Amino acid sequence: MAVSDKFKQLTEKKPEIGLLFSRVNKVKWLSFPYILWMIGFILIPLIMILYYGLTNGENSFTFENISLIANPVNRGALLLALELSVFSTLICLLLAYPLAIILNNTKLKSNSFIVLIIILPMWMNFLLRTIAWQNILERTGVLNTILNFLHLPTLNIINTPAAIILGMVYNFLPFMVLPIYNVLIKIDKDVVNAARDLGANGGQTFLKIILPLSLPGVISGITMVFVPSLTTFVISTILGGSKIVLIGNVIEQQFRLGNWNTGSGLSLVLMVFILFSMAIISKYDKEGEGSNIW
Amino acid sequence: MTDNKLIDLVNITKSFGDTVVLDELNLYIRENEFLTLLGPSGCGKTTTLRIIGGFETPNKGQVIFEGKDITKLPSNERQLNTVFQKYALFNHMTISENIAFGLKIKKKSKIYIQDKIKYALKLVNLDGFENRMPDSLSGGQQQRIAIARAIVNEPKVLLLDEPLGALDLKLRQDMQYELIRLKNELGITFVYVTHDQEEALTMSDTIVVMNQGYIQQVGTPEDIYNEPKNAFVADFIGDSNIIPSLMVEDKLVNILGVNFPCVDIGFGRNKPVDVVIRPEDIDLVKPEHGIVTGRVTSLLFKGVHYEMEVTANGREWLVHSTDLFPVGSEVGIHVDPYDIQIMNKPESEDEEAALIVE
Repeated sequence: MAVSDKFKQLTEKKPEIGLLFSRVNKVKWLSFPYILWMIGFILIPLIMILYYGLTNGENSFTFENISLIANPVNRGALLLALELSVFSTLICLLLAYPLAIILNNTKLKSNSFIVLIIILPMWMNFLLRTIAWQNILERTGVLNTILNFLHLPTLNIINTPAAIILGMVYNFLPFMVLPIYNVLIKIDKDVVNAARDLGANGGQTFLKIILPLSLPGVISGITMVFVPSLTTFVISTILGGSKIVLIGNVIEQQFRLGNWNTGSGLSLVLMVFILFSMAIISKYDKEGEGSNIW
Repeated sequence: MTDNKLIDLVNITKSFGDTVVLDELNLYIRENEFLTLLGPSGCGKTTTLRIIGGFETPNKGQVIFEGKDITKLPSNERQLNTVFQKYALFNHMTISENIAFGLKIKKKSKIYIQDKIKYALKLVNLDGFENRMPDSLSGGQQQRIAIARAIVNEPKVLLLDEPLGALDLKLRQDMQYELIRLKNELGITFVYVTHDQEEALTMSDTIVVMNQGYIQQVGTPEDIYNEPKNAFVADFIGDSNIIPSLMVEDKLVNILGVNFPCVDIGFGRNKPVDVVIRPEDIDLVKPEHGIVTGRVTSLLFKGVHYEMEVTANGREWLVHSTDLFPVGSEVGIHVDPYDIQIMNKPESEDEEAALIVE
């Protein structure tokens, strides 16, 4: 009897299960192209990097590639990359936060125009923008020509860390402004009014209400500037010349020389830093403030 | 309620761009009063409240608080607190941090703050919610926390901007009783903004009916309901029959060609007026006993009463009655003289706002 009962239960449930399956299948079919894409261009390359990073040329397991980060040249490149990306992230933050506040407070029709101006450079090719900066900063470039013409002392910015930071800030500033602005416009004006109503002055309202509520945007802004700054090799190549080597350049060189194992090993080290900042993002940025501009 | 004026709004004018929201508004609010600003959206009631709260500055006029001009005073220096329409709780803080916010700014001692949190949560019937986050509360609970957050600062006036607007009907009715209880326990002045006439009638000591930036009538709920000053008030508060008529002489008005005895005097002879008759004040009687006779054209059961429409003398009369008269039956309409409310036709500029826009 127990068996027949169970059978009955199963047969009774069947239509429901069937419906569920067809629904899942529908969703699956829609996501199929993306899943293929993800497997082919994200998952497999990641596995390959993991494989190359943890093996030597003879396919046997080793930590040698990863431990190469301890090599003075590589370590120096990583530390310099960390230093420059921290700097450029800070500068971006200092420029972006006040700008986002001003944008949020001025309820002008020109608001969307200003946002457009911020986004506009992103529509031009990243390489072109950076090469343009190279032309501006060069010893005989646009900037120095103008300074010469005005009988002012010329500047030697090109091929210095300052030039690289400038390039990073210029290229990644929109990624800091937009997440912060997006968070700020979502803060209910009456929440700010409520703080004022309860006795807080402008400064207290900012510190206790606006700043904490805008933190998710700040965090995602920081990550979105910090990660590409840390891994860049284009900006450092174009604006840093051959003198300044960042970890991105080291990895690029290893791959160019055919040392896939070493390049992958160092990439894995860099990935630890990126995963770390991704972990911070997912912890604070639950609403995905940053994701809408990618 | 005392007769002391606590807040005095003098000649307040406010415009946003080209739109004049308030035009030369004068209003005083007495100590310990439950005053309700009532009107349709866009009538200027919320702007009036925000000017009192210090979130808007009037273009002209003064806000006097306890005899002092506070027109230019920022909101954080005013001795009043606001409960906002959508609660405006600080979502990154716990309930007790929300309630403690104003007290911490004022640098009160920890023990004092703890006591106040306890007291306030008890007052709004939410003991034990100290460490919850606002997100985890229902709308009604969040609104109570918003009230608790405001009253711990012991304001002389509590401003409430449609605080029950986002709640469902049952909860709204419960909260109305809560607010009346709170008002009595705290013994402070409430200034309440709503578009819901029932809410206004239930809770207020004084109702200020507003339309298009002008005050239409100020009075007790009974005044406003029983003796509306103009067609707008009559139409906005409850259901009513508003009929253009002719005042024949004192105590006699000609409604749709039939003379009705009334109690109003001093309107002059043969003067056009508007007559307001509440649907529940119309008595349906046998045709031979009525002042006019008509035919029932529709019938709806409303629970407490029947709602009927009666066609008489070329007009639909809205009638509420507990007696049933079937559709098509011949009835007599009788109205007691004191149930007929006579109103002047609008003449001046701010009376124009009293016209009902059909």
